Amino acid sequence: MRTIDVRDVRQAVAELLRHSAHSLPEDYLEAMRSAGRQERSPLGQEVIELLLENAAYAEAETIPTCQDTGMAILFVEVGQDVHFSGGEICAALQDATRDAYADLRKSVVTDPLLRVNSGDNTPALIHWEIVAGDGLRISALQKGFGAELMSRVSMFPPAIGEEGIQQFVIDTVEQAGPNACPPLIVGVGIGGSLDTVGMAAKKALLRPVGSVSPQPHVAALESQLRDALNELGIGPQGLGGVVTALAVHVELLATHIAALPLAVNLNCSAPRRATLEL
Amino acid sequence: MATTVRAPLDDAAVKSLRAGDRVLMTGTVYAARDAAHKRLVEAMRRGEELPLPLAGQVIYYVGPAPAKPGAVIGPAGPTTSGRMDPYTLPLLERGVAGLIGKGSRSDEVKQALVTHGAVYFGAVGGASALLARQIRRSRLLAYPDLLSEAIRELEVEDFPLFVLNDCYGGDAYLAARETYRSGAGGSQRSR
Repeated sequence: MRTIDVRDVRQAVAELLRHSAHSLPEDYLEAMRSAGRQERSPLGQEVIELLLENAAYAEAETIPTCQDTGMAILFVEVGQDVHFSGGEICAALQDATRDAYADLRKSVVTDPLLRVNSGDNTPALIHWEIVAGDGLRISALQKGFGAELMSRVSMFPPAIGEEGIQQFVIDTVEQAGPNACPPLIVGVGIGGSLDTVGMAAKKALLRPVGSVSPQPHVAALESQLRDALNELGIGPQGLGGVVTALAVHVELLATHIAALPLAVNLNCSAPRRATLEL
Repeated sequence: MATTVRAPLDDAAVKSLRAGDRVLMTGTVYAARDAAHKRLVEAMRRGEELPLPLAGQVIYYVGPAPAKPGAVIGPAGPTTSGRMDPYTLPLLERGVAGLIGKGSRSDEVKQALVTHGAVYFGAVGGASALLARQIRRSRLLAYPDLLSEAIRELEVEDFPLFVLNDCYGGDAYLAARETYRSGAGGSQRSR
């Protein structure tokens, strides 16, 4: 058994969120540099360079890369041998979010009908997983909702097959067009059920940009989808070009014999993503 | 090369701009997004006085992040314009001449730009820290309870924009997409 003080968790997560708001992951920046070399549209190249310059400036000035500092989504993997002390872990994670967002934008309404701003960007969305061992690993997405708004979930019959899957992903990105701030990172969840397929698509966005699935048939699908999306012509910021998707990450889940649940979660060209281990 | 335009926009400026043009905008623009639009349009329906002028003015769809101490404004890039489509026609009818945001507009809004003589400009989404540098002054004008969604009067200088939809029906996004779309992946397959 290992004891972890939730006050230490609060401090670490607040720092993680503060840092992630102004510091984009290196794997994303490298993917963007590479995309800049592949882009044929001069305007598309210019947009990619501008976004890289913005990222460097935001990091140097410690100001957010994007004004939409997102909704905080936390994925918590807790070792089954961990014991939390010093308070409630759930409250500590919400406190961490409140602390971090004191200087970031408050983009959360507590009631989707009344639409009153919570004033401190809480609640964070927290997803729990119990794992072996005595570790604590927390990954955070500060998800911008321009891209979230253009994401989709749908339940299909198995007969749509891989062709139908590809069509749904392509249609989703085509409809999103410039709105989701391409170049995009496209998370695709396949399988599971209505509730878990969206989570699979979201978890796909936690992978380093351009990482390849270890399963060969999934890796092949990722590669085909990326090529198809980059033929749409949308390009950086929708101003035309051959780089619409930086990467497609596909995650599979076991599902029922009757269904093929499908989710596409888009991430914009400001993917705030970070992980800590305690 | 970019054309320099002054905000508010006069008729000649509106007519001179074409989809695809690059623009550097200097002058006064008004920050307003979802919740502020809803309130403005409701106030118009009730016949109330509005907290901002509309004729010839430019509305920027932005909800800035908080400013660092001493800074004019926090990061301030465009938000997705399409969400404002349901509120845009009444504003264009009252003479709003420029809209700044990102992303596609509805056919109704594009048509209204032609009917009323107005321009839809795009700023680069996600270039928010750099865009904030071109904002010289920010004043809270109305609806402070909406926090980042409050209406602000912004003085911008050489604010970099693209003309996305002009007053002649030109559409830069559609033209760009057609230029770079290739055979196997695009329209043929998805239609």
